[in-house]
Amino acid sequence: MAIEHSPVQLTKADFTSDQMVKWCPGCGDHAILASVLGIFPEIGYKKENFCVVSGIGCSSRFPYYVNTYGFHGIHGRAAAIATGVKIANPHLSVWINSGDGDATAIGGNHFIHVIRRNMDVNYILFNNRIYGLTKGQYSPTTKQGQVTKTSPFGVIDYPFNPGELVIGSRGTFFARAIDNSPKTLGEVCRAMAAHDGAAIVEVLQNCVIFNDKTHAEVTDRELKEERQLWLEQGKPMIFGKNKDKGLILKGNHLEVVEIGKDGITEADILVHDATRENTGVHMMLAQLCPPEFPMAFGVIRAVKQPTYNQLFEQQMEEVKATSKIKCMDDLLNSGETWEIK
Amino acid sequence: MTTKTLIEKENVVVRFVGDSGDGMQLTGTLFSDTSALDGNDIATFPDYPAEIRAPHNTVAGVSGFQVHIGKRIYNSGDKCDVLVAMNPASLISNLKWVKIGGVIIVDADTFTDDALKKAGYPSNPLNDDSLSSYILIKAPITSMTAEAVKEIFTDKKSAERSRNMFALGMLFFIYSKELDHTDSYLEKKFKKNPDVVRANKAVVRAGYNYCENTDVLPQHKVHVKQAQMPKGTYRNITGNIATAWGLLAAAEKAKLPLFLGSYPITPATDILIELSKHKELGARVFQAEDEIAGICSAIGASFAGAMACTSTSGPGLSLKSEAIGLAVMTELPLVIVDVQRGGPSTGLPTKTEQSDLYQALFGRNGEAPCIVIAASTSANSFYFAYEAARLSLEHMTPTILLTDGYLGNGSQLFRIPKMAELPTITPPLAKPNDETYQPYKRDPETLVRQWAIPGMEGLRHRIGGLEKSDGKGNVSTDSANHQLMVNYRAEKVQRVANHIPDQEVLGDKDADLLVVGWGGTEGALKLAVEELREEGKKIAFTQFNYIMPLPKNTGSIMNRYKKIVVCELNMGQFVNYLRMNFQTIAFQQYNKTQGLPFEVSELKEKFNQILGE
Repeated sequence: MAIEHSPVQLTKADFTSDQMVKWCPGCGDHAILASVLGIFPEIGYKKENFCVVSGIGCSSRFPYYVNTYGFHGIHGRAAAIATGVKIANPHLSVWINSGDGDATAIGGNHFIHVIRRNMDVNYILFNNRIYGLTKGQYSPTTKQGQVTKTSPFGVIDYPFNPGELVIGSRGTFFARAIDNSPKTLGEVCRAMAAHDGAAIVEVLQNCVIFNDKTHAEVTDRELKEERQLWLEQGKPMIFGKNKDKGLILKGNHLEVVEIGKDGITEADILVHDATRENTGVHMMLAQLCPPEFPMAFGVIRAVKQPTYNQLFEQQMEEVKATSKIKCMDDLLNSGETWEIK
Repeated sequence: MTTKTLIEKENVVVRFVGDSGDGMQLTGTLFSDTSALDGNDIATFPDYPAEIRAPHNTVAGVSGFQVHIGKRIYNSGDKCDVLVAMNPASLISNLKWVKIGGVIIVDADTFTDDALKKAGYPSNPLNDDSLSSYILIKAPITSMTAEAVKEIFTDKKSAERSRNMFALGMLFFIYSKELDHTDSYLEKKFKKNPDVVRANKAVVRAGYNYCENTDVLPQHKVHVKQAQMPKGTYRNITGNIATAWGLLAAAEKAKLPLFLGSYPITPATDILIELSKHKELGARVFQAEDEIAGICSAIGASFAGAMACTSTSGPGLSLKSEAIGLAVMTELPLVIVDVQRGGPSTGLPTKTEQSDLYQALFGRNGEAPCIVIAASTSANSFYFAYEAARLSLEHMTPTILLTDGYLGNGSQLFRIPKMAELPTITPPLAKPNDETYQPYKRDPETLVRQWAIPGMEGLRHRIGGLEKSDGKGNVSTDSANHQLMVNYRAEKVQRVANHIPDQEVLGDKDADLLVVGWGGTEGALKLAVEELREEGKKIAFTQFNYIMPLPKNTGSIMNRYKKIVVCELNMGQFVNYLRMNFQTIAFQQYNKTQGLPFEVSELKEKFNQILGE
């Protein structure tokens, strides 16, 4: 769906709102906001053609801080509201901001269906594994065993992995990024914007107040090079401080190997292909987690498939072209009617 | 052959009942359409089970269709003059709907021991004296149908499929109707299967001739009086289709795309089905994953500039409550159609009830006034759907349109309007690059805010469910501002009263009793009052379509009458709303919650009783 571009080059200032940003100091949300404000002018659409939609939670205050058309909805419903925006006006670039509670608990149904339909929206899921705005209850992504206000003896729920949900819901795009890595966050957002269809980015976001360091096992300065696998299209899946570790496909599962050990060379390492329709490797990548594996970041899956909105417009054009009914008067007088004189 | 005498009647009620698969809905529709073409006014009502195909020959599987035809038709009729029962189960479950002395036509072939047992008959009612207060016609419909098509179909199953047409043929004879409409319907419907057309035509004629050639009906050949209807082009329409078309018409008039976000629910699904057909008119229909997504997508579409609607029934309205509050807060236009059914909970999905007035008026957190209006006939559902859209768009307020299962599934004659005759709809669109634009700046007279649509230049803004500051619309928790905004939202809805017609009253200003109704009960109430007036009673009648706000003259009407009775198919939701608004007036009430419409006879009895007190 063609979206009108701005005749002039826009800057970050064009999208910065006049509202005071009220997130806690040190919150990962600030970095995500900065990335988005950096990306919007680059995308190049007219500033009136962006529409940012959210639900409820810390992340959902996002629309107030971006100077676009924005809609702050109700808990869990951002995907449904955004769906209506996009169907009503396919010439808008629609962005959703949501958290782990908003997207995968109260809004779980809308989350899976906006993905299943391949609705043409960009969805940033801020995953801090906690309910922040209600001050520290566990969420569907909180680790098992964690003590929170509503799990004083430890969480017994099994957590969701958002990547599995996205791919399991027939997602065409899934990427993962980290709040404290603006460069990679920007790249991922750029890839998301370029994707036609439901594009989901999970951002590992730190809640300094209620769940500080929840992602430390992958984001910690000391550990990150061993624990982060940054995927690049067409490149071997290599990671580690000395770029000497990689993934191979052994039988039906992934395995970590060392390059130069046991005769392994770079040529043996699995090459990333986000565009494969088959979900097998993408699902395995989404599932990787320490300590046995690094966690996968970057664009894990980006598959081309007609969007709901393209199919919708196409069907409407076809019906309009062939129907004899052109206006309401035609419809009112169609079928069985008779005159009373 | 015996000569039949022709008698004339003002109106008659015919009820077709049989097993779910017996084609009773089609039979009834063909009978009512034929009557309409013959100049009768008509109203129909289907009575179908919640189960799709319950076990054969059981009461649970009985499906019915009632047709009321004649000179003055306001509803689908109380008890019937003729019952056509295609099996024992349909007879046992529908006998209560037959007038004493009425005609019962049964397919005698189906009254086997097994079917009688399944229906719960201890003995065969065709042979004992239990039906002696009726005129019983024991027609061997199955065997005569098979005989009529023996040249075309030899297998029993194909042959029996046309049984309903035999019954239809009998009715056409009794009520002196022509067969051409049915012929052309069959030709069109089964274009690809000429044998089926031939068979069905032969069976209709077999039924017709059976009555003509035998003396099963010595005195009954009836001419039903024609209606005196205003000139124009007419069609038959159900309330649900009329609602869908009213919404389409409003979108065209307002020059906005129609968006419907909806989830299937009985008895509202037909609105979703109908609008799904009209992509050619630009209807953007989204079948959502649930009721909440239905309304939330509509709110998103409204924000994006569509004429947005959602359709549902009682339990679905409950699920939508929070989102309606969001639409109240964001002051976006949104039409919520609630085709009411028996509640609470899943309740009686296929039965009618005026169940949701409280929910529509009060069912939200906070002070969350909506506009509430109700259609009162199947046909005027078109105009009230249109009106719901007009008020919602022009006043930037969610509007709940209440219809019900009786209106939605029932049908009536509808005089087709010309689009040019319908009132204009002018939504308060903001002007691009208007530097004075503020999302919550209000028109001083109507208190309506302007609608700036994403894509419009120079009007970027953010709205949402948090309280908004007056004018600018920024998030505000200021206490004085909250009070002001609560007042604005309430007053904005009250001022809609300046834009709706006055309430009308039928009957004398000095009547002894005013009968009050709202929504889908209009037909029965009006007929009851008219009949009592013809009997010389001093009785007046008023039916409410505009509920929130009430028409401005409501108070003066209520103060005019000594006695007022408010009749509703619930336990008194409207009467209590009136009591809330007019605290000095003593309202009486008449209520019923049986999943059924009012009968004219019960109403007349009640009104006579009040008049006599």
